[in-house]
Amino acid sequence: MTSKNILTLGQKFSVLIVDDDKIIRRIHKVLLNKFGFESHTVENGKEAVDLYLSGKHFDLILMDMEMPVMDGPKATRELRAMGVNNMIVGVTSRGLDSEKQAFTEAGLDYCVEKPLTSETITSLLQELAKK
Amino acid sequence: MEGNHFQRQAAYTRKTLFDQGYLDEQFIQLEDLQDDANPNFVEEVVKLFYTDSARLIRNIDLALADNSSHFDFEKLDDIMHQFKGSSSSIGANKIKKECTQFQEYCNAGNLEGCIRTFQQVKQEHATLKRKLESYFQLTRQDR
Repeated sequence: MTSKNILTLGQKFSVLIVDDDKIIRRIHKVLLNKFGFESHTVENGKEAVDLYLSGKHFDLILMDMEMPVMDGPKATRELRAMGVNNMIVGVTSRGLDSEKQAFTEAGLDYCVEKPLTSETITSLLQELAKK
Repeated sequence: MEGNHFQRQAAYTRKTLFDQGYLDEQFIQLEDLQDDANPNFVEEVVKLFYTDSARLIRNIDLALADNSSHFDFEKLDDIMHQFKGSSSSIGANKIKKECTQFQEYCNAGNLEGCIRTFQQVKQEHATLKRKLESYFQLTRQDR
């Protein structure tokens, strides 16, 4: 299923981009907007948790692993403990399997390498469309 | 006629940047995101990189100048990890490779290797900036 076919289902998904790197935030925002996502960006895990505490909700969270204030694994654990059950995808440039495994065990649905590609977004859209 | 000349020069400059290994596939990903809604996206992201990386370079320089008895290689590696990540985001292939070399010296606790490699990192950083500025100038004249 191509991204174009998924978008013609009429669904517009929302995504929260959580990353301390402003370049990654900008690239991912433009990439995700091209796929029809409504995107919102924050700089660390605490801002993501605070957004959910304020009542906001997103279909997808893209969570960076290493961030100041609150990192990805901690934010993911907190969100899951709050009952947040939307898709959370870890995004990391660290290559070690052990680090990705630990991040995944914090409550991720998937862990992918950054920067995201069109192929990765298409796969995520397919998974979101199934839910 | 003049437009074609700048177009050809821009295309040649771009090809050279890839052929000489300065840029990789990620730069093409950025170009694919440029459209009417984001007409200067590539240049914008590259400018963001150079602003942000200047800060990281300063931090690494300060960390390398640390004369205390216990040198913090972990802190150095963390800063370099950020720098490498940003470099990867714009497809800065040669910078990324030098960053990887730097991290290897960090992991080995080799301060001299770190200092030497960081000079290479800064050199590649400056060279790419110069080349991209020339390239963007050509693309602007082509419009």
